[in-house]
Amino acid sequence: MAASPDTVEPTRRDILVLATGALGAVGAAGVIWPFINQMNPDASTLALASIEVDISAIAEGQSITAKWRGKPVFIRNRTAAEIEAAKSVPLGDLKDPLARNANLADGADASDLNRSAPDKENFLVMVGVCTHLGCIPLGQQGDFGGWFCPCHGSHYDTAGRIRIGPAPENLHIPTFSFVSDTKLKIG
Amino acid sequence: MSGHSTYEPKTGAEKWLERRLPIVRLLHDTAVSYPTPRNLNYLWTFGGILTFMLVVQIVTGVVLAMHYTPNTALAFSSVEHIMRDVNYGWLIRYMHANGASMFFIAVYIHIFRGLYYGSYKEPREVLWILGVIIFLLMMATAFMGYVLPWGQMSFWGATVITNLFSALPYVGEPIVTWLWGGFAVDNPTLNRFFSLHYLLPFMIAGVVVLHIWALHVVGQNNPTGIDVKSEKDTVPFTPYATVKDSFAIVVFLLFFSWFLFYQPNFLGHADNYIPANPLVTPAHIVPEWYFLPFYAILRAVPDKLGGVIAMFSAIAVLVFLPWLDTSKVRSATYRPLYKIFFWIFAAVAVTLGWLGSRPAEGGYVIASQLLTIYYFVHFLVILPLLGFIETPKPLPTSIADSVLKKHGGAGHPAGAAAAPETRG
Repeated sequence: MAASPDTVEPTRRDILVLATGALGAVGAAGVIWPFINQMNPDASTLALASIEVDISAIAEGQSITAKWRGKPVFIRNRTAAEIEAAKSVPLGDLKDPLARNANLADGADASDLNRSAPDKENFLVMVGVCTHLGCIPLGQQGDFGGWFCPCHGSHYDTAGRIRIGPAPENLHIPTFSFVSDTKLKIG
Repeated sequence: MSGHSTYEPKTGAEKWLERRLPIVRLLHDTAVSYPTPRNLNYLWTFGGILTFMLVVQIVTGVVLAMHYTPNTALAFSSVEHIMRDVNYGWLIRYMHANGASMFFIAVYIHIFRGLYYGSYKEPREVLWILGVIIFLLMMATAFMGYVLPWGQMSFWGATVITNLFSALPYVGEPIVTWLWGGFAVDNPTLNRFFSLHYLLPFMIAGVVVLHIWALHVVGQNNPTGIDVKSEKDTVPFTPYATVKDSFAIVVFLLFFSWFLFYQPNFLGHADNYIPANPLVTPAHIVPEWYFLPFYAILRAVPDKLGGVIAMFSAIAVLVFLPWLDTSKVRSATYRPLYKIFFWIFAAVAVTLGWLGSRPAEGGYVIASQLLTIYYFVHFLVILPLLGFIETPKPLPTSIADSVLKKHGGAGHPAGAAAAPETRG
């Protein structure tokens, strides 16, 4: 071991130290993962992933709020005027040009048709959580007659699209389908 | 500063222990014989006050945990149970809730003391950074503690603050889901916040030990900002600092008690006496007062990610302060320009706090934006430039000299060997 460092051949011990260290690091990572992953949603939380809602009683101009995965889901039967207002907005005026509709492809544009329920353009189904910092927007308020978030002043239009304020995205539309004409399945 | 230990074990038991674990020596060197600058003013008592408040929070917190239930169905009523049924529960809970505010009042005074007298400068950089880490841990602890009563402000505060992480691109949403343990703030969130709220104060205590250790390596700063040069500049920690700190703690307790017994809910929000409702957001969400300046900075930026970055940067910039301030002179007493900018900065910070409590609209937003810009300009432009522009006033030759000049009229020459030590 008296030779200068640049001429020393790696010894058996060097290899053992390296191999032990590497295996130890892999082992430590393997042990850390369960401690991190235990904080992710558990099986009982994931089991509550879908709900069914009766929408037969929602008259035109009325809304209900369903609770899905601990979050409110707004289901609104829009008036003709609201649909008209949403349709008349040029897509270029929108702050977020994407539909944010889990039922469509990721790149779908935020036209009123892509935001509303299939074949029932009067129905709007969306997660009632402001895309800024998660407050619940108030219905039929704000500068566009849609939703208004009181926390930090985001205005959404009658198709739930962000128009003014700090929220970066349109209100999200969850995966949903009509089980029957009056029954909606969310999730 | 850590000169020779003057501890002499006297009794047989002390000698026996000394050879096995010299803990009495450690305590003696730390809290009895430790030399403190003789010119410290009452702003230097806040370290002691903060240590005291940490103990208050841990003791009351451990007691509260004996009666509290971290479950969404029971949390709110268990807090009411503490208030109404548990013997002296009202007192202990109000001590804990108001104690958090007192803790922050003391820490803000402590931080601004450091800013005014340049306590972050060489060689106290590590000491200062440890302080910033304690401040961050305090914020995390206070935030999680405020969630536990499971009122409306608890729930929506937790929702808004955890959603800050959703601003991060790609990893944001998975991180938020991971923090929540679900798809919204719910029982798993409350449960883990309780666990962490119990853990973090002990981590704070650990960093406080490092903070005090670092302090005792480099020695305390003082109102003149000049180094201790001889023994004449110092007095022993006991009795001088011990008595002064104790007196300051008693005065601070009077202030604390006024809130505790006469205004126990003044610093809280009435909305938090409404049980959490995941379907209704209160009309006006504001965090606790001690977060308001940072909340104003968050809201000042009209972009979600930008706002989050600005808010965290407002704290992170403190870490770099020892290198941003280019002046070699520590104390603002001898820095005529910095003194002015210090007070402007203090006013800006307080005004940002007030703006954070206002609704995010109109003039309030514009004012927040201007003051947010000033906040960063202070650290990133004014402080680096000031060191080159400013002409500091002449510094006293020694701490003893500055004290004796002020109090002793003609003043003693710095080298006068026979200068009597001022006792009391």
